[in-house]
Amino acid sequence: MTSVREWIYSGRHAVGERWHNAPRWMRWAVIAAVIVFFYALPNREFYQWLGPIPTTGSNFGQVLFTISIYVLLAVGLNIVVGFAGLLDLGYFGFFAVGAYTVAVLTSPSSDLKTLWPWLLALPVALVLTMISGVMLGTPTLRLRGDYLAIVTLGFAEMIRVAATSSEFLKGQRGFNQIPHPPGSYSDGKPIFGVLDPRPYYWLVLTLIILVVIGVRNLNRSRVGRAWISIREDEDAAQLMGVPTFKFKLWAFASGAFIGGLAGALFAGKQNFVSSQNLELLNSIIILAAVILGGSGNIVGAIVGGGLVAYMIERFRGIEFFGVELYEYRFMFFGLVLVVMMIFRPQGLIPNRRRAAEFKDRRKEVIVGG
Amino acid sequence: MGETVQKPTVPEQAGAPAVESTAKREPLLEVDHVTLRFGGVVALNDVNFTLYKGEILGLIGPNGAGKTTCFNAMTGIYQPSEGEIRFRGERITGKKKHHITKMGMARTFQNIRLFPEMTALENIQVGADAHHKTSVLSALFRLPRHRREERDGLEKAERLLEFVGIPHRMHDAARNLSYGEQRRLEIARALATDPVLLCLDEPAAGFNPAEKEELLQLIRKIRDQGITVLLIEHDMRLVMGVTDRIVVLEFGKKIADGLPAEVREDHRVIAAYLGVPDDDAA
Amino acid sequence: MNFNALFSDFGGYTITGLTVGAIYALVALGYTLVYGVLRLINFAHSEVFIAGAFAAIWGWAALGLDRDSVASGFGSIMLYLLVGALIAAVASAGTATVVERVAYRPLRKRNAPPLAFLITAIGASIAIAEAFGIYTRRLPVGAPTIVKPDLVLFEVAGTEVTMVQVLVIVSALAMMVALDLFINRSRIGRGIRAVAQDQNTAALMGINKDRIILVVFIIGGVMAGVAGMLYDIRIGTLTYSVGFLLGLKAFTAAVLGGIGNLRGALVGGLLLGLVENYASALFGANWKDLVAFVVLVVLLMFRPTGLLGESLGRARA
Repeated sequence: MTSVREWIYSGRHAVGERWHNAPRWMRWAVIAAVIVFFYALPNREFYQWLGPIPTTGSNFGQVLFTISIYVLLAVGLNIVVGFAGLLDLGYFGFFAVGAYTVAVLTSPSSDLKTLWPWLLALPVALVLTMISGVMLGTPTLRLRGDYLAIVTLGFAEMIRVAATSSEFLKGQRGFNQIPHPPGSYSDGKPIFGVLDPRPYYWLVLTLIILVVIGVRNLNRSRVGRAWISIREDEDAAQLMGVPTFKFKLWAFASGAFIGGLAGALFAGKQNFVSSQNLELLNSIIILAAVILGGSGNIVGAIVGGGLVAYMIERFRGIEFFGVELYEYRFMFFGLVLVVMMIFRPQGLIPNRRRAAEFKDRRKEVIVGG
Repeated sequence: MGETVQKPTVPEQAGAPAVESTAKREPLLEVDHVTLRFGGVVALNDVNFTLYKGEILGLIGPNGAGKTTCFNAMTGIYQPSEGEIRFRGERITGKKKHHITKMGMARTFQNIRLFPEMTALENIQVGADAHHKTSVLSALFRLPRHRREERDGLEKAERLLEFVGIPHRMHDAARNLSYGEQRRLEIARALATDPVLLCLDEPAAGFNPAEKEELLQLIRKIRDQGITVLLIEHDMRLVMGVTDRIVVLEFGKKIADGLPAEVREDHRVIAAYLGVPDDDAA
Repeated sequence: MNFNALFSDFGGYTITGLTVGAIYALVALGYTLVYGVLRLINFAHSEVFIAGAFAAIWGWAALGLDRDSVASGFGSIMLYLLVGALIAAVASAGTATVVERVAYRPLRKRNAPPLAFLITAIGASIAIAEAFGIYTRRLPVGAPTIVKPDLVLFEVAGTEVTMVQVLVIVSALAMMVALDLFINRSRIGRGIRAVAQDQNTAALMGINKDRIILVVFIIGGVMAGVAGMLYDIRIGTLTYSVGFLLGLKAFTAAVLGGIGNLRGALVGGLLLGLVENYASALFGANWKDLVAFVVLVVLLMFRPTGLLGESLGRARA
């Protein structure tokens, strides 16, 4: 048993090592190939070669869009939970704020009747979401970790209450006819129309790449170091001159920004936002995505988000004891959290820090004897 | 700034004062009639002494004397119940911890608090980051000023690794370093914050004599860089060997304050450590 | 703010507040005990409560009482109450034990960081709630009428007090007194207080830490189970999702009274119940749920130690 595990670890480890020893141009080539692959994916001519993996029967482009939204959310939550170590259990609330802001500003069913175009509503949604992140964070980020968790849980719940009972937010009736993002082809037809989900997917994919670049930049700077130091020993970090509160707030605000972005994109495609399709238990799903993939590492968040979203979409249409498997999704991912914490808390794709540790220990064993 | 002392061959005399006359001494950290109470317990009782720029001051006393409490008060972790503590003329009571660090005070910990998952280099970089001026947004977009500060921080970290003697451990996770290396890394990290005053909390705990000697040299090297040092230590040889002045606490009160040679002969200090025969206990 | 509504029926709101507060207090005990001993917010506690509440209903169903049945006769009513409480307590304690053994224990053995415990806790909570939800097809389940809700027992200053209300408040108080005695007088109670103060030293003194922790979860479970049965009596129907909000409020109550402080859980629960009901009169029933959240945030910002201060070690206030 041990030898099998070791063999798997050494295999994965070997891949990791080869990756880091490979010359730069090679790594860029692989990354470029992967990116091209994902852009090409929704095209039927391309994916029919992939066999049973794409969910045939349903619109694969649509599925890819949903998956990409989850990936974006996972990357955002990863900043808060994975990098800064702040357990935000209500992360989906930021998604809701983004989506609702767009809805209120653009939809004809909104009380405001401002009827803005989507592109104009987008920056407002982003700013409002960041403000809500700062408002939530300012009183709560000084608290102990478990108190922070429960307050964020309460925050999400309050948004739900506000959405269902407030007349302004129209509960289940929701907002319809939310406009799409702008742009049209040369023949006048809109790029972001109702029938073709692919442009939406490509838009989100592009944004994911930009966000990942930004996060990577932050990681390799004093911001990333501050986040790790806060996570590992907050008091020592303060004594080394790290303004911990400020950086915790930045983590929150960044996560909120990304959540709001995802919400705004979702609203722009769905055209309809109501308390129905903003199920706040999704916070758990995103958390499961981050934990499953490997909290604290960007690739882990992407893989986790993709895996989780893909599984959920796969769940549709399959029955289990008379109930569609899709109904089980929250229970399933709740269990995933428990199981992961017991058996593999570092996630499927541990980050290099931990891999390096593992490597050192093995070297010591061989040398010391 | 402290005048450099000729290093004598006999360890006991290494602590010759760095300044000739008291008039030239500049107070750096003033503990001004500080009393500190925890509930009903008086941990520090009207403690009063001054730390001067350029010296190496030792803070000693038997267990329970209040050294750590005093140390923590001086580094801004505890607030005095009475009296005040001034660093570079400013009150530090109530100041946020990272402000105090930015003011020029850095410290190490008795039970080593490195960031275990970060490499040695990264640990030091965190210290160097204390004086970074560029914002989060410029880090996000990798603006030139940010890149320059990163480069400077990296160079400083590498230099400090050399200074404390562990350059070969640059990319190793802090938790994998040996005990002695970890202690040195902690000192390097504290030095990265460009302190004017370095506070060492039992830096020699767990060291063998050879390691203690190396530490002694390192502390002198640090003082030669112009940094003032405050030291809590139990090892008398180390204290006598490296400090310029010693303050002795017992039961929360200061019972002696002076040159190592004087303190060594002080009967109250001897009594505190060794006790007095019962009939003499007046 | 509708002061008229509040003052025209002040007594009514007060009694309702105390009743619902008593239930909060019982559930809060579970949170406060576990936090006092483990420094952990047991998110799954809300599902421990739900398990008891469902178990009571299913137990009564097994005895032949369905949602439309009405019990009669003092003797049989008492019997049903006791049986219901017993089944609920066992079910809740069992759920709590399973959660402790399966989810938390492995992490404790590995010295996992607090973040890991929280993640497990929320995962377990959601999994259990959803399991109940799927089983009940996410529909409310009706409870039999054991005690007629309109049965007035007596009048006080113009306000009617029903049997149900008295039952809930008295049962809750009785259980809390019993618990208080247990913690302060018994050997295990001493062990609990010791572990709450200093785990490692307690272990060195020969106290079996794991057993104490198990006892703590069981006690919390029993309290929550009885609360579940009382909830069934009072509300009459049960939906799988009510645990979450009730748990949040009960936790707020625990913090309000002083987390880790048993008497604080009682005070906090009753106080929160009152405040919530008064607020629903003043601001409208829609915003009732917001009250607990606001109280929680304000508390944590300005007085995180609560009204009576944190202490399980010193079981006195």
